[in-house]
Amino acid sequence: MAAKDLRIELRSRVVLNQVVPFAAVVLVLFGFALDADDVLSRVAPGLIWLATMFSLLIVVQRSFAVETADGALDALQVAGVRPAGIFLGKTAALVVQLLVLQVLLVAMAIVLYQPPNGSSGERLHLDLAGLGLLSVTLLAATCGLAFVGTIYGGLAAGATGRETLLPLLLLPVVAPVLIGATRATEAALHVGGTSMREGWAWIALLVTFAALFGIGGSLAFGALMDDQ
Amino acid sequence: MEQVIELVEAVAVLGRFPALAGANLTVERGEIILLRGANGAGKTTLLRLCAGLIGLERGSGTVLGCDLATNRAAVRAKVGLLGHTNGLYGDLTVRENIRFWGATVGASGDEVESSMSRLGLDGRLATVKVSRLSAGQKRRTALACLVARRAELWLLDEPHAGLDSAGRDELDATLRAAVAAGATVVVASHELERAGNLATRVIEITGGLAQRPTDRGAGRRAPGRRDEPTRTGEADDAQRSPVEP
Repeated sequence: MAAKDLRIELRSRVVLNQVVPFAAVVLVLFGFALDADDVLSRVAPGLIWLATMFSLLIVVQRSFAVETADGALDALQVAGVRPAGIFLGKTAALVVQLLVLQVLLVAMAIVLYQPPNGSSGERLHLDLAGLGLLSVTLLAATCGLAFVGTIYGGLAAGATGRETLLPLLLLPVVAPVLIGATRATEAALHVGGTSMREGWAWIALLVTFAALFGIGGSLAFGALMDDQ
Repeated sequence: MEQVIELVEAVAVLGRFPALAGANLTVERGEIILLRGANGAGKTTLLRLCAGLIGLERGSGTVLGCDLATNRAAVRAKVGLLGHTNGLYGDLTVRENIRFWGATVGASGDEVESSMSRLGLDGRLATVKVSRLSAGQKRRTALACLVARRAELWLLDEPHAGLDSAGRDELDATLRAAVAAGATVVVASHELERAGNLATRVIEITGGLAQRPTDRGAGRRAPGRRDEPTRTGEADDAQRSPVEP
């Protein structure tokens, strides 16, 4: 399932040609809106995760659009593919796509939002300890986002007005990930006054969130599909 | 003969509308059943019910020994459903699609290639993205996926639609081969001449009711033999189930 989704992405290049440019434009627009030397670097972690969440909506919509376009979701059920397998496979493909996107976003933010020399703004920098924390943050938060995205993407897949329903369902639920991932990223990039110790504490929230939605989704995805 | 499908007073609802309103149907292994009826009569709902995709609201039903009321998920792995859509991924090639669906039952590479060959999809077409195929070629690809999946019960909704003459002949030959290998086929179609020639028995669907055939003997005709379809939907009120919306 995951290999199939990634192969489809490699062929269609939707993430590369549409989602990455979209996320980049969001980061640039945030830069225009918050054009202050000492503010941009301070809020950079939050902007990275906001751009990620907006992009998540597109990636999830796309992930289920390929299943519903020609009735493949029904065919998957009839083929006897276990719902937990569909859930975990689609989540794994989302995680890979989102991780690629986030690495690019972090790199862009460090370049675009760095305050000029002599400015009073906090400088974004990544040392070895920060890199470790950032890697774990990206992985844990992305798993959480992908699990929730797959659950609600599956739920909305057969619904009328799914394009508008998905953001309505998804964004409130992922608020804890936005908060936790932003704080942990602040610690990793040494901005916002969040210590490394506090950063690792937020990781616990991200891992718990991912575990809860991963287990819940694996158990409930079959029932969600049946209710389409 | 082993019963593959048995529905008794089966009621299935779509939203709040009773798309099947007390259908009775018995299908035995090796039959090719033609379901016919007007648009909206309940043919597609009957197929989806038998595939375990929609629940049984009332009545009882078993498909391949699995109870539709309590364990419809177990039915799914044993049946192949070709509905109005093809269930294909447009960005994958013909071979990749068939390999993907074949992998759900552990089909080998040879089985995948064999199913492609049977439907005339080997050669140049094998490496073409499905989104670039014609409607008929997509339909043939979907049928090849069913062949690769080795389903015990084939549920086909308008399978001849979009196929050219050669494609229709290939489809008919494929269905007869599947039946010869032990499968059972239920076809919903408006193309009565073509599908009627293929079918061993005809069931009329009217207003969500599958009516029992008046001529049970027709059900045992050899597949492929040309016979007039058995008209089962007329003047058969005594055998109809009551409508239970």
